[in-house]
Amino acid sequence: MRDKADYARKGIARGRSVVVLQYVDGILFVAPNPSRALHKVSEIYDRIGFAAVGRYNEFEELRLGGIRYADINGYTYDRTDVTGRGLANLYASNLGRIFTESIKSLEVEVVVAEVGDTADGDAIYRLTFDGSVFDEHGFAAMGGQAEAVATRLKERYREGMTLAEALEVALAALTEPGGERPPANQLEVAVLDRNREHRKFQRLAGPRLERLLPAAQAPAASEDEDSPPTAPAPGAGDGTE
Amino acid sequence: MAQHRDLPAGLMSQLFVNNGNSSFSEFVGRHAPDLLPARGEALATPVGDQVPHATTIVAATCAGGVVMAGDRRATSGNVISQRDIEKVFRTDDYSCMGIAGTASTGIEMARLYRVELEHYEKMEGRTLSVAGKANRLATMIRGNLAMAMQGLVVVPLFAAYDPERDSGRIFSYDVAGGPYERDKFDAIGSGSIFARGSLKKLYRENASADDIVTTVIQALYDAADDDSATGGPDVTRKIWPIVSVIDAEGFRRLSDEQVAGVVQRMLEDRMISPDGPIAPLR
Repeated sequence: MRDKADYARKGIARGRSVVVLQYVDGILFVAPNPSRALHKVSEIYDRIGFAAVGRYNEFEELRLGGIRYADINGYTYDRTDVTGRGLANLYASNLGRIFTESIKSLEVEVVVAEVGDTADGDAIYRLTFDGSVFDEHGFAAMGGQAEAVATRLKERYREGMTLAEALEVALAALTEPGGERPPANQLEVAVLDRNREHRKFQRLAGPRLERLLPAAQAPAASEDEDSPPTAPAPGAGDGTE
Repeated sequence: MAQHRDLPAGLMSQLFVNNGNSSFSEFVGRHAPDLLPARGEALATPVGDQVPHATTIVAATCAGGVVMAGDRRATSGNVISQRDIEKVFRTDDYSCMGIAGTASTGIEMARLYRVELEHYEKMEGRTLSVAGKANRLATMIRGNLAMAMQGLVVVPLFAAYDPERDSGRIFSYDVAGGPYERDKFDAIGSGSIFARGSLKKLYRENASADDIVTTVIQALYDAADDDSATGGPDVTRKIWPIVSVIDAEGFRRLSDEQVAGVVQRMLEDRMISPDGPIAPLR
């Protein structure tokens, strides 16, 4: 059991961190991710988003299962009957079962976030490889040097930040002190915006993201705009991102 | 506590199984077929006239988009069963469908179809092509064929904005499926013959969305004029047709005030010429 846990922990720490935090209009997801195709952040349902770290094939399976679960529930009952809590429960039981029954536990950590009509209705659930659920308040960090990132996030986070402020906080948390921040084209950013109609999930990329990035980032970002799009980094598909 | 225990038996174990298919309706059909619309056993007697029927839907392309509108009446035989039914549904950001025929089955089908499109988009990370969406709807209609033979007929009209062509596209269906693409306009339902006649005279190619909104409202009025199952604008109750516009900006349903404005102008003109605008002879 202990070996399994250590094995999973090591696998998860190998990749890069992902940060999820509340801002005034909803919930922001930020993940350094050179790949345009292999997402770490995705939409599950109208109000529910998903973020994951660890082995790509394993969390992709969780993501697809979550979408099936949400769509079937919403179709069977009503769209408002699909909740982040229900999905977190589903993932928890699935992760827990695999951890106890299989030889190898999943090397993943996921966040299920749900945006409410007001900030009080927002929910961020973090689930670890053994099926434990953490009901996070305001923010969550996972993967890579998760503890260091969480500490930096905790120092800077405050309630009611604008989107640009929240993005700044997320990037500061993801960057080691003295380290260089990833440019806009190496970032996967998405929001659950409570002011949107129908589906709240939206990816932020390209010029829209660059406008939001702090001023210090601007020169580097505008250079990137002129250069041709770069292919995904060779290591992006190796499953440990 | 755990809500997912409410899901149909047999489904839970399948959620995390990769079946190599991004179709929602096929997944449900395999593991919980009872959830799909009208898949029950054969009916002892055809129910035809005993269930509410939705009636006329019209759609026409405009410059850079497409407009779809539907009247608000549902009938069971000679009885008006609902005055304010909604029969035009947003199916995703760039498409919508209208239904004619058995109202209940049609509404369920529209709900399923919306999930179907969204499900694919989320699973695959890309939206279906317009042709792909139209074909998918054809398969769903074909699935209803057995019930259609028993009197539970549903025929949809599908309209979407195609970003590849920067224009609107319209697809119609019959009870056995389709799709049949229409390049200017089309109408379905009991009043469709009259609506189509009206559209034929009033439709202008590449007209603005505002003009086409007026055109489809005129066509619905003409349909209601001659078809008892199609409802005209209900001025006393303030029930107006549902009008949706889809263009590069996405789907939007016109507000009641916007539609009321167009309807009022049309009614004023019809006070003078009750048969509506007269098309030039040459």
